[in-house]
Amino acid sequence: MLKFTAEHEWLQIDGDVATVGITRHAAEQLGDLVFVELPDVGASFSKGDDAATVESVKAASEVYCPLDGEITEVNEAITADPSLVNSDPQGAGWFFKLRLANRADADALLDEAAYLESIA
Amino acid sequence: MNDQPELKQTPLHALHLALGARMVPFAGYDMPVQYPAGVLKEHLHTRHSAGLFDVSHMGQVVVRPRSGNIADAALALESLVPADILGLPEGRQRYGFFTDDSGGILDDLMIANRGDHLFVVVNAACKEADVEHMRRHIGDRCEITLLDNRALLALQGPHAVAVLAELWSDVASMRFMDAAECLLHDQPCIVTRSGYSGEDGFELSLPVSYAEDVAKRLLEHPDVQPVGLGARDSLRLEAGLCLYGNDIDRGTSPVEAGLEWAIQKVRRRGGARAGGFPGAERILDELEHGATRRRVGLKPDGKAPVRPPAALFADAEGNEEIGRVTSGGFGPSADGPIAMGYVPTDKAAPGTRLYAEVRGKYLPLTVTSLPFVTPGYKR
Repeated sequence: MLKFTAEHEWLQIDGDVATVGITRHAAEQLGDLVFVELPDVGASFSKGDDAATVESVKAASEVYCPLDGEITEVNEAITADPSLVNSDPQGAGWFFKLRLANRADADALLDEAAYLESIA
Repeated sequence: MNDQPELKQTPLHALHLALGARMVPFAGYDMPVQYPAGVLKEHLHTRHSAGLFDVSHMGQVVVRPRSGNIADAALALESLVPADILGLPEGRQRYGFFTDDSGGILDDLMIANRGDHLFVVVNAACKEADVEHMRRHIGDRCEITLLDNRALLALQGPHAVAVLAELWSDVASMRFMDAAECLLHDQPCIVTRSGYSGEDGFELSLPVSYAEDVAKRLLEHPDVQPVGLGARDSLRLEAGLCLYGNDIDRGTSPVEAGLEWAIQKVRRRGGARAGGFPGAERILDELEHGATRRRVGLKPDGKAPVRPPAALFADAEGNEEIGRVTSGGFGPSADGPIAMGYVPTDKAAPGTRLYAEVRGKYLPLTVTSLPFVTPGYKR
């Protein structure tokens, strides 16, 4: 199941684990990324907490945790090469995997059509 | 359509929109921060080829001596700027700054001797105040005119000279910081071989009426791409150049800022025209004995950019705050994070290890000499 947030994150939800990244629209708005900082595996976040940081040449931006949960895996490939987020934001440029505290919370997120409409 | 009607527009505003620029408010103007290529590519293009910048928001000011004698204008401006302006030959340009009574910096500026007047370029955010400052203090000796009918373009990068020479003028014989009148579209323009990118290049002052034509002709050249304020900032940071309002302001003295090179010997103690500018006592003292703090280059160990106003510490635990970062980010040509900031003089030596607070962590960095990249100026 693919879901989106108004803060321009996508979640690919498989069971109770969500793979999280930023949308193509967000990557385009940020421009070429030069630095990514990911959370520690095992860290727990509430919805809306700062979970990761992305930086372009000119500015730093936070990536918010889209739902309550615990980080089970992070994508070290994007810390080694932040440009992956720009070239494949909704694929190889994923950020982290989140074990959802409440699987049902995901139902309230946007579906793709609603998200695309929100940025149109 | 304009949701910020209070913002001013430069003569190239429509061209920026047509080029797909992302516009942001800057110093009261609606300015392009980047074009579709993005800050990173615009920066690198300028370093390797040639970038075109619209800097029409900056203030272009004519300082004309009422006596008709340029020396009178030079001496008048020397009462506000601690630089050798009387000794600036016709056709040459020089960097300087307005100081205040406590030795702080009111603005930095470029001054060109145009034979019968001085042509001055000041920062956009300060231009009205600068004009008022000059009128109040030297208005009896000089007519001060803020030109509102001229655009200012900067063509910067190693290919700038060839591009400009191919299209219009024999600019190849100009040296760094020369100022000349050249024909662009058969119209006389003021061309200086200078800029703020750390590269060879030119600034072109030209009438508003054909600024867009000239910009379009330059952009038609395969070596030229438009460059926004984002890359202008990363280019000047790599070049170790100060941004007024960040790295220098009324709270920083020229010696603290490491700008002694812009105060020539003749204006220092023992010189023929020593002092005679606002804040002279402090500034001349600091020239002789040094200041208590200093602007330095900073190179983080890791990959995380350190941005202003990050606090700087002498220790990794964050106990002893010693200064602040005033400019910082990622340097595309330096290929890593770079920054500048102020530290006590005893911690300003290259190689000194310091720490910057970023998101609650204390990141190690090393004081390093400026600039971060080798300048391409044609001296």
